[in-house]
Amino acid sequence: MASAARHPDLPPPASTAGALGWLRQNLFDSPLNGAMTLLAIYFLYLVVPPFVDWAFVKADWRGERSEDCSRAGACWVFISVRLNQFLYGFYPVAEQWRVNLAAALGVAFVVPLFIKRFSLKQWLGAAMLAFYPVIAYYLLAGGSFGLAPVETSKWGGLFLTLVIAVVGMVAALPLGILLALGRRATNMPVLKALCVAFIELWRGVPLITVLFMSSVMLPFFLPEGMNFDKLLRALIGVALFESAYMAEVVRGGLQGIPKGQYEAADALGLGYWKSTVLVVLPQALKLVIPGIVNTFIALFKDTSLVLIIGLFDLLGSIQAANSDTNWLGFSIEGYVFAGCIYWVFCFGMSRYSQWLERKLHTGHRH
Amino acid sequence: MDRESDSASLPARPAPWNDPRIRAIVFQVLVTAGVIAVGIYLVRNLLHNLEVRGISTGFGFLENRAGFAINQSLVAYDESSSYGRTFVVGLLNTVLVSALGIVLATALGFVVGIARLSRNWLVSLLAAAYIETFRNIPLLLQILFWYFAVFLNLPPPSEALAIGDSVFLTLRGLYLPRPVPEAGFAWTALALAGGIAAATFLARWARKRQERTGQRFPAFLACAGIVVALPLAVFSATGSPLAWVLPELEGFNFTGGLSVIPELGALLVALSIYTAAFIAETVRAGILSVSHGQTEAASALGLKRSWTLRLVIIPQAMRVTIPPLTSQYLNLTKNSSLATAIGYPDLVSLFAGTTLNQTGQAVEVMAMTMAVYLTLSLLISLFMNWYNARMALVER
Repeated sequence: MASAARHPDLPPPASTAGALGWLRQNLFDSPLNGAMTLLAIYFLYLVVPPFVDWAFVKADWRGERSEDCSRAGACWVFISVRLNQFLYGFYPVAEQWRVNLAAALGVAFVVPLFIKRFSLKQWLGAAMLAFYPVIAYYLLAGGSFGLAPVETSKWGGLFLTLVIAVVGMVAALPLGILLALGRRATNMPVLKALCVAFIELWRGVPLITVLFMSSVMLPFFLPEGMNFDKLLRALIGVALFESAYMAEVVRGGLQGIPKGQYEAADALGLGYWKSTVLVVLPQALKLVIPGIVNTFIALFKDTSLVLIIGLFDLLGSIQAANSDTNWLGFSIEGYVFAGCIYWVFCFGMSRYSQWLERKLHTGHRH
Repeated sequence: MDRESDSASLPARPAPWNDPRIRAIVFQVLVTAGVIAVGIYLVRNLLHNLEVRGISTGFGFLENRAGFAINQSLVAYDESSSYGRTFVVGLLNTVLVSALGIVLATALGFVVGIARLSRNWLVSLLAAAYIETFRNIPLLLQILFWYFAVFLNLPPPSEALAIGDSVFLTLRGLYLPRPVPEAGFAWTALALAGGIAAATFLARWARKRQERTGQRFPAFLACAGIVVALPLAVFSATGSPLAWVLPELEGFNFTGGLSVIPELGALLVALSIYTAAFIAETVRAGILSVSHGQTEAASALGLKRSWTLRLVIIPQAMRVTIPPLTSQYLNLTKNSSLATAIGYPDLVSLFAGTTLNQTGQAVEVMAMTMAVYLTLSLLISLFMNWYNARMALVER
């Protein structure tokens, strides 16, 4: 006899649900996949436990001298003893509050720009661009307002890395935008050719040769007796180099703007600069924000190259510490420490860029 | 109301200071004049400075005796060679490390990129960890790590890590057996060349026949057979005319055999690992760019999964992958100049470093170095553009 009553649903087979089902679907759905899973687990077994053992379990955390380390695991004493040097270089300890203050001011200026509800963003941004570099310069270099002068040769560590990165970014973006606009100026062939030559020249050579050039060749091109700071020369080199990359990124954005936008701006009677600043650039830059952030990440990593021309940035100060005869044999700890710092900055920026990309992906396409 | 008079009252052309064309010309003249003025100023400073310091201009210094030793050279070089010779040595070393790096990074990058897309959760996670770790740490740091923390921490020659008694790994480098061709080896080389030519011809014929008639020919197996079996047969027929010189420990170091200096090893490992992380991302993006409909259409046609990959997905993915791949190759070549940090004798370290310091010819040396990198960049992008054009979508 038939029954019209509906049976309750049976639970799914045990092999397709729960942890077991997940394992089956994701790790063991074919013999080949199973083998690869086992291989991966074996690889992790080979790498992870020894690393944890070295970095945490057997590591030495407290002490003052290299003799305090048992050498059975990592010797983080090496880092903690020299932490000040890794962060500030040879900046006098009594004056380091100035670096901290400059950093805090920078953060205080930047954070409101990321708050959605803050309505004075444009004013704050303009104020920051106008005043912050001046304030930071007087604070860091000193020499007036009763602050003791600190030569740039004493700047170093993470502080110097951040100075180079921030100055490079701030200088490269506007320069890159101008170059990109110049490269797109089809009605001005001479200007276009100059911009193309500039961009391709910098993009075709490695940053190292640019830094070499700024350190050994630039003095030849300056009037006799005139010479400026090594750090400033490196900054100019980095800014020009990155501006060429930035120009190509911005050009991508400019090409992504439909012709109708230009024509609409013309129809409204806007001149070149007004249509560029009010109509084209806001859309173009929005399109390429991920590319801009990627250029920033590359720039941040590239700052480490200044150690080759003798500046002691984060990596440079680690390298200098490694050759200290009292602390021989701890280079791995130094590199791991520096690697972690660089990684946190770069990974943070790349995640931020991905988040922005998703957020700005508003309509338009598909 | 009266249109005629309205338009007549408008000037036919804007005033000269408002005419975009005239503006453009004036602006360009100003910019050009500015660039030329700055250029003249710099060159005058340069000539004056060179005169004051007593440095002669020109490329005559290339003939002078260099007088320093180089620890790796692909062409004959000793201390009595000229600076021109150091330039060649440096250039060849740069090309060597770039070429090896491109091959290794491509292989590793493709494997990791495909692993990143694997259905296997663990494999995909490992690939992601690899990419995110190595992409976000400066290359220079990685090079220094591999050189100072890994290669220079290897055991000394007396306690070398050995595979049998032919391969040795020490802090002085990697030592391999060196093949020495004897009389009659030329026949084997000839057979190999002939085999490759025949295989190319066969593959082309097989493809044409398949396109014409639909009949398949096991071209891959046949070609592999010709390329491998023919030289092997000739080799054994002529009595195996190849000897191996094994590296031997003599005093404090190994002699004989083929040696790879640790600088090359460290640079190569770091460059390949770093660039492979970027290549993996471009490969992944390329494969993801092929829409799922293509895979479904291939299944509907009854293609096997491996054929789908080979005939449908990869050809389309390559099109998206090639332009970014080119720029990764360019980056690798330019990044090889970081060799100077660990003393691998590449172009920058030998020529823009040692030679520049010894001669003081900063302008000529830097110009030559930059010209080389510009030319290399140009050559690689030309080649990749040609390849890209070959692979591009052929439309009606």
